Amino acid sequence: MAPTLRPLVTEASPSRTSGTVLVWQYLMLVWRRSALSTVIAGIVTPLLYLLALGFGLGTLVNSGPGAASLGGVSYVKYLAPALVTAAALQAGVGEAAYPVYSRFKWSRVFWGISSTPVSTAQITNGQLLFLATRLAIGSALYYVVVLVFGAAGGWAGLLVIPIAVLTGASCAVWVMALAGRMRREGTAFNVVFRFVVVPMTLFSGSFFPIERMPGAIRWLAYISPLWHGNELARAAMLGTGSGLAVLGHLVFLVVLGGAGLVTARHAFSTRLIV
Amino acid sequence: MTGATLQPQVRTTLLLRIVPLHLYAGRTHVILERSLLAYQRSWLVVLTGFFEPVFYLLAMGQGLGSLIGQVSTVAGPVAYAAYIAPGLLATSAMNGAIFDSTINVFFKLKYAKLYDGMLAASLGPVDVALGEIVWSLIRGGLYSVAFVLVMLVMGLLASWWALLAVPVALIVAFGFAAVGMAITTFMKTFQQMDWITTALLPMFLFSTTFYPLGVYPRAVQILVECLPLYHGIELIRGLCLGLVSPGLFLHLLYFAGMIGVGVTVASRRLERLLLR
Repeated sequence: MAPTLRPLVTEASPSRTSGTVLVWQYLMLVWRRSALSTVIAGIVTPLLYLLALGFGLGTLVNSGPGAASLGGVSYVKYLAPALVTAAALQAGVGEAAYPVYSRFKWSRVFWGISSTPVSTAQITNGQLLFLATRLAIGSALYYVVVLVFGAAGGWAGLLVIPIAVLTGASCAVWVMALAGRMRREGTAFNVVFRFVVVPMTLFSGSFFPIERMPGAIRWLAYISPLWHGNELARAAMLGTGSGLAVLGHLVFLVVLGGAGLVTARHAFSTRLIV
Repeated sequence: MTGATLQPQVRTTLLLRIVPLHLYAGRTHVILERSLLAYQRSWLVVLTGFFEPVFYLLAMGQGLGSLIGQVSTVAGPVAYAAYIAPGLLATSAMNGAIFDSTINVFFKLKYAKLYDGMLAASLGPVDVALGEIVWSLIRGGLYSVAFVLVMLVMGLLASWWALLAVPVALIVAFGFAAVGMAITTFMKTFQQMDWITTALLPMFLFSTTFYPLGVYPRAVQILVECLPLYHGIELIRGLCLGLVSPGLFLHLLYFAGMIGVGVTVASRRLERLLLR
């Protein structure tokens, strides 16, 4: 990967590779150093969640009075698709927060890149592409662990990987925009994590069907991107949901992600073009 | 720090007899004052620390609880929310204490170089260690009081013993803070710090927070019984559900051990890192 970075600095021979790909290559190159620990954590974490919640907690849920509302599947099968999407959401937001902020503020690499022919839109795209790659790797590992536990469904279950990437990236891109806009580290990311990501994880039908929530707060789930991701993931792994509903969830996530990308590009360009 | 003037107040408590005396200047309160000043800017973060366990209680206790119904305990069946609430209280005590005593201290130790400045003034490493731990306990104590009030409002307390849950949560937090800080003094990079966070996840998931010990095979049960969070949860759950027995003292003893070892190691290591 390294040699392709060279055209960035040789002014005389403009690179034929797109700036987006160059930014992506750079970020992947830097990530390689910590890739091993990411991969190990990417296997161990799903293992722990599936064992503790799928099987440990599952013994309570499966013998409980509400087991029928899971749609006739065991708790681990109900939970598994949602765990993949929730993990992608958390990883995506985490990757878009301090790491992106750092590239503006501490390591300042985005400033360096922006003084080359690479445009700010390409920086945004490259960053998003890198984030999506990380989510794809994480989701694929998660899928493998779920598969080992026999909770992955049929071949259509593989679709949970792109679904998780879409869910995570469509939220993370908004955090990228925030990171581009922030001038001081302050408390914004902490607030996003604890007031947005944690409630979203808990109240999006990940651990229990949203019909179990009081009607008055159920709208929280409907506007939650993770709920749409969960519905899609369950459609893939369990075969639930109608075609029209699936289309609706997809449109929601694509529109959210698209609007986020526009916002992030704007934030990056106002930050980097002085 | 060697001053004879300090001897009288040093003799006052048992805690100070087990920690290295010559490293203590009796000025812990100065660290507290500094923390209070520094936190004025980030009160919102302090506030968010309260909401996280409440969100968990609402989602898992009420939402998931409606699927599960009741959990059988020694005292008979209890509602699922009442079962997990003490576990969440112990977990939030652990998380708060570990965050304050590890990442926070590590940053100040390595990057902000805050303690170098403090030790150049009339403060000893024990003042610093105690000051940081006491500050984190004050925050944790406020969270615990608030959370127990939420439990009360939701009707999840079964006994007057629950009043003791707050001080006991503080002891649990003290144990984690002391050990966390001792471990932090051995860490060299932020990547190593990540391993601490990684170790907390299985502890959170497996220490009977969400389901009783009985679901495990005996071999796993023994493993879980070694985890500190398990003892913290047993203590607080016992008090909140009114299952009070002399056995609770054994769990307390576990935390007394953590506090003793943690504070001693942390102060000696801080001396080594900062004063030599």
